[in-house]
Amino acid sequence: MSLLEIKNLYARAEEQEILKGVDLTVEPGQVHAIMGPNGSGKSTLARVLAGDAVYEVTDGQALYKGQDLLDMDPEVRAREGLFLAFQYPVEIPGVSNVYFLKAALNAIRKHREEPEMDAMEFLAYVREKMKLVKMEESLLQRPVNDGFSGGEKKRNEIFHMATLDPVLAVLDETDSGLDIDALKIVADGVNSLRDDKRSFVVITHYQRLLNFIVPDVVHVMVDGRIARTGGKELALELEERGYSWLEQKVATGAAAPVEA
Amino acid sequence: MSTTLVSDAVEPYAIAFEKLRGELPGGDRVTELRRGAMQRFGEIGFPDVRQEEWRFTDVSPIARTEFDLSPSAGSLDAADLAPYSYRDCYRLVLVNGHLAPELSDLAGLPSGVEVRGLAAALGAGSEAAEAEVGRHAAYAEHPFVALNTALWRDGVLVRVPRGVVLDKPVNLVVLGTPGGQPLAFFPRVLVIAEESSQLTIVEQYATLGEGRYLSCPVTEIVAHPNSVVDHYKLQRESSSAFHVATFQIHQERDSNVSSHSISWGGDLVRNDVNAILAGEGCEANLNGLYLVEGDQLVDYHMRVEHVAPHCDSHELFKGILEGSARSVFNGRIYVHPGAQKTDAKQTSRNLLLSRDALCNANPQLEIFADDVKCTHGSTVGQLDDTAIFYLRSRGIGEEAARSLLTYAFAADIVERIRVPQVRQELEEFLFRRLPKGDIVRQAV
Repeated sequence: MSLLEIKNLYARAEEQEILKGVDLTVEPGQVHAIMGPNGSGKSTLARVLAGDAVYEVTDGQALYKGQDLLDMDPEVRAREGLFLAFQYPVEIPGVSNVYFLKAALNAIRKHREEPEMDAMEFLAYVREKMKLVKMEESLLQRPVNDGFSGGEKKRNEIFHMATLDPVLAVLDETDSGLDIDALKIVADGVNSLRDDKRSFVVITHYQRLLNFIVPDVVHVMVDGRIARTGGKELALELEERGYSWLEQKVATGAAAPVEA
Repeated sequence: MSTTLVSDAVEPYAIAFEKLRGELPGGDRVTELRRGAMQRFGEIGFPDVRQEEWRFTDVSPIARTEFDLSPSAGSLDAADLAPYSYRDCYRLVLVNGHLAPELSDLAGLPSGVEVRGLAAALGAGSEAAEAEVGRHAAYAEHPFVALNTALWRDGVLVRVPRGVVLDKPVNLVVLGTPGGQPLAFFPRVLVIAEESSQLTIVEQYATLGEGRYLSCPVTEIVAHPNSVVDHYKLQRESSSAFHVATFQIHQERDSNVSSHSISWGGDLVRNDVNAILAGEGCEANLNGLYLVEGDQLVDYHMRVEHVAPHCDSHELFKGILEGSARSVFNGRIYVHPGAQKTDAKQTSRNLLLSRDALCNANPQLEIFADDVKCTHGSTVGQLDDTAIFYLRSRGIGEEAARSLLTYAFAADIVERIRVPQVRQELEEFLFRRLPKGDIVRQAV
């Protein structure tokens, strides 16, 4: 069974149609990259998958582990193993990063009928995860994202991801605006979590990330749909030619999606 | 017609005053002050909503109630007091306006420091008490200050002499024990921090029993040069309580007063907070947090007067409103001519958790000096949907996510509280009040 199966997905925000028939299938253990110009609907797709109520799904379906994903509350999706790394992580002053994560992890474990972790167990567990993203201890004790730099916020998302141990992780432009060192840390974090069961959907505007996270499948999204699908060489082609040739093809109705 | 109403409402107070005046404490000056205040109350009566200062706070339910204006102390024991008796504090307890020495604990009070009943202090000829009571809280334009000034039976004197740092906080517990006829009491608190002294005081207002009552305290703080006063007020009375309080601060040169006013109890709650920065180099930090639900009303009327140059005043007030609760924040900053280099900052933020909750925020800056920094900011809002979604996307349920963000809103006031017992009390209250508080407790 595919881990994620999206069929003909349409979604809108307020009166504007943004997703216009997305089809996407992700198998266990795969890394998919979704690229595309600004405004093509990449981030909308990520947020619809995580359950952001800003968006209304008007048609199509998304099956996750064979279940209707769109029918689940956002927290249920998370407890079922879906993780979204936010493009713009939210600052939560007054709520400590580490205690918040403990509460989140225990909510997930409870849902999976696993015993909750006590403070000692959790601290030992989380120290291992911190190494993955070279997190400083001080960021653990501070309020969630409060006063973090842009790079620290992105690293913190990867740290949350590592801690919550998802089955499907969606990264929404986690690479944007990162210097090369931070980018490598993010990529190393993802790569170290790759295994034959865990899948990733990596949304990016820039091909650069894919030098460090090598995808199995690359999609290009244009105007609310997947306009092109290929292997990792597609990303290189995009790097050279830009997106405009694809946008033109979509406009003339000539771009037929190619199966990977 | 309205004049008839005023005199009708005023009359019981005048009668009570005539009956009680012989037994009310105070020497010549205080007695004269009482007489003047009662007379003034007779002239102005209870305010109504046509008056600017009372526009959003209708006290007619108070004016209409027939209170027992001379309630007895009732008898309480240590178990009744347990929830309010913080460890490692000097404790004084007032019950229905009477001092309860048997519930108080002043063991180990350093010699020279006065923490005692105000009536007893006046009776023993305390010069400081006789000279300072009523010198700062002006009654002429405030009917409830007038009532308190005329009718107070007892209260507390805290006086820390020059250069002394009081080792433990003073915990003042003001209890109302209603039941039967509504009762009213008028506690009077006088805090004198002499030159270069330092003290911490916690005022708690709480209820034992059920029924209507009015607690109408006036607290005066006199901060002499270079003194440091850390003040906390915890208003946690029952939902049948009227609470109308005035907190008057007088600061002299280089003094530093900070106050945190926490209010979650009461039916109708009005706090007038007035600070006069009379000498150069003063600092006043006046913060507050109120949480109201149901039909509660909480009203903070702030007035900070910069009289002298080089003074800083910072006000941060946060409100969390549910149900059809209402709040009023009226923040006046008055900078006198010559109060150059004033740095005055006022922030009021309100979080509305329901459709029917309502807040009125009204900053008023009057500036008569030209080299000053005065800022004010006021926000009213709901919880941020993106933040809720962010927390839910990590597996936290919606209700818990909302509670976490509500806690986060309050957190920067909670974190400023330096008395651990008070901070813990507030945290525990938040965990109890907020849905899924156990998750909040775990996550903060």
